[in-house]
Amino acid sequence: MSLAHDARVAVRPATMAQRAARTWPEVNNPAAWIVAVILLIMPLIASGFFLIEIFATTLILGTMALSLMFLAGYGGMVSLMQLTIAGFSAYMVAVFGVSGNANISLGWPWWLAVPMALALAIAFGTLGGALAVRTEGIYTIMITLAIGAAFYYFTNQNWAIFNGHTGINTVATPHFWGVNWRADIPFYYLVLAVAALCYFAVEYLSRAPFGLALQGVRDNPRRMAALGFNVNAHRIAAYAFASFVAALAGVLQVWNYRQISPGSVSVGACIDVLIIAVVGGITRPIGPFIGALIFVLLRTFALDFLVRLGLDGNRFRLLIGLGFLAIVFWSSDGVIGLWQRWRQSQRSNAPSSSGGRHHG
Amino acid sequence: MSRFVERHPAWALIAIIAIAMVLWLIFAVWPPGLEEAIGRKRIFLNALFNGITLGGLYFLVASGFTLIFGLMRNVNLAHGSLYLFGGYVGYAISASTGSWILSFIVAFILTALVGVLLQVIVFRRMEGQDLRQTMVTIGLSIVFADLMLWACGGDFYQIQTPNWLIGPVELPLVTAIKSSGEPVYLRYPLVRLVIFISSVIIGVAMWLALNRTRIGMIIRAGVDDRDILAATGVRIQLVFVLVFAFGAGLAGIAGVVGGTFQSLSPGEDIRFLLASLVVVIVGGMGSIPGAALGALIIGLAEQLGSVYIPTYAIVVTFLIMVLVLAIRPQGLLARR
Repeated sequence: MSLAHDARVAVRPATMAQRAARTWPEVNNPAAWIVAVILLIMPLIASGFFLIEIFATTLILGTMALSLMFLAGYGGMVSLMQLTIAGFSAYMVAVFGVSGNANISLGWPWWLAVPMALALAIAFGTLGGALAVRTEGIYTIMITLAIGAAFYYFTNQNWAIFNGHTGINTVATPHFWGVNWRADIPFYYLVLAVAALCYFAVEYLSRAPFGLALQGVRDNPRRMAALGFNVNAHRIAAYAFASFVAALAGVLQVWNYRQISPGSVSVGACIDVLIIAVVGGITRPIGPFIGALIFVLLRTFALDFLVRLGLDGNRFRLLIGLGFLAIVFWSSDGVIGLWQRWRQSQRSNAPSSSGGRHHG
Repeated sequence: MSRFVERHPAWALIAIIAIAMVLWLIFAVWPPGLEEAIGRKRIFLNALFNGITLGGLYFLVASGFTLIFGLMRNVNLAHGSLYLFGGYVGYAISASTGSWILSFIVAFILTALVGVLLQVIVFRRMEGQDLRQTMVTIGLSIVFADLMLWACGGDFYQIQTPNWLIGPVELPLVTAIKSSGEPVYLRYPLVRLVIFISSVIIGVAMWLALNRTRIGMIIRAGVDDRDILAATGVRIQLVFVLVFAFGAGLAGIAGVVGGTFQSLSPGEDIRFLLASLVVVIVGGMGSIPGAALGALIIGLAEQLGSVYIPTYAIVVTFLIMVLVLAIRPQGLLARR
């Protein structure tokens, strides 16, 4: 429980400050404004490859990891099936919408297929969550991992709906208002809008009564139950909300790659989402996006980088694994934790500081 | 057993009828109507035996996993990597020396050494931080998987079965009666039977060691309350290292077994990790008899499922897990 435990230490003072100010923390933070402006004018800076392959992919993966961060950071439930929920919604978009596999796809317009996919994915995630909350802590990891793996093997074997290991190809992307939403720049803004929506929704929820009750459930379920809160209902509701976030990311992902196959929902990919969230830090909603940026940069450039150093470029997963190990070993809260610790050491070097909180 | 019958007479009756039906299916010569309905008896018996022997393999993997969890509350998600490592070591030994038995011994020792290193270097540092330990094991499994891919490549390996175990053996089970009235007996690979019998022997030996010896008593006490056990003067860290080494070594042995009657390739680590997860969730975390029961159920479900409902075999396994979680979240044979 160390991650969740440390999360509590880090989050509580922040929450207090926010409640006192009754405002969004981003408003008074110049760095947040700078990042927002950069993200908005990104199409002017970056070309098509960087815009989609790096930034849009980062935002999509970050949104998936955000759903895990919400569950793990505020609910204390590490769920490895967030990618599975995203993949399920992606499959449903392909199955209900238009795709190259006409014998499977029902050919609905996107504005019918997407809500249907979201609803089904939320139902799937909520059911899985209802199953997972029957157990606690590390058992949750195992059960959600088992659900993810079962879904992966199922998509591999089922040809009637999921088209076996070839998956569903050339999924149609939306065109409306005279805009092709899969063209680079519109798609980037679409992804940015969804990611921002999810980010602010998570941040809002973390301070809303539901989010506070959820954090109470994370810290002391017995006490919350004694206070009259329905512990399991809060947890399942958290799974439902996280499923919604993950399902949105899944829809974007299938539009991004225009295809979906079992490889996208494999166990390794499920674990990648956990790595992204943990490397970024699971105490704040910004963490998953930082983690996703690091992950995508590594995945894209590690090969060239390793070859330039004279090493085997195929060892990119080794690099990721070692980096993940290092982060888990030395920081309980990912990159954010390292940064906070650095800031604190800077501050405590200044005279008359009362000494920072101890992170461990 | 008798207490179970007293408490739930209806369930006991259903269980007895089910067992009797299965025994009849195994031993009787099937009437033609039945063969028409669900296929030939030989197929059924083969699936049944495959399921039981696969269960033996799953038990070898999962018992180490559940033993480590039971004592140290440590979910070792790198257990699948230990399995694959043991398999590769066994392949290397049997390919270079030609000795099947020696490959077991070396695989056990080497994976046990890896287990000792893991416990001393990694887990001792973060005792009591379950979630962090789990994260570390995930990272380790990624690193191990890539290192093994680096060293062994993506090829399939199969460990050579020794000569004295090659070939089928005739079992005294009648599969059909020829038109001449002569009975046809079931033929089954000897190596699978030997492996199954040895996994039963290992299971029984583990049960005896846990319940009849002093070290077993210490381990059982540690499962119940390790703080009090440490306070009584037992060198608990030494016990941890020993148990971790033994559990890891079992995974190594299982790797050799799996490499003999299936094959070794990247990805098998995750498959067996998943199998042992499901087995211990069904059977009950930390319980050796639970691991045996869970392994038998999952092995049978997988094999019978792949024969009779081929598309949905994996879903059957998953449904069993869901059902157990819904009825008995702690697992079938867990004490809590």
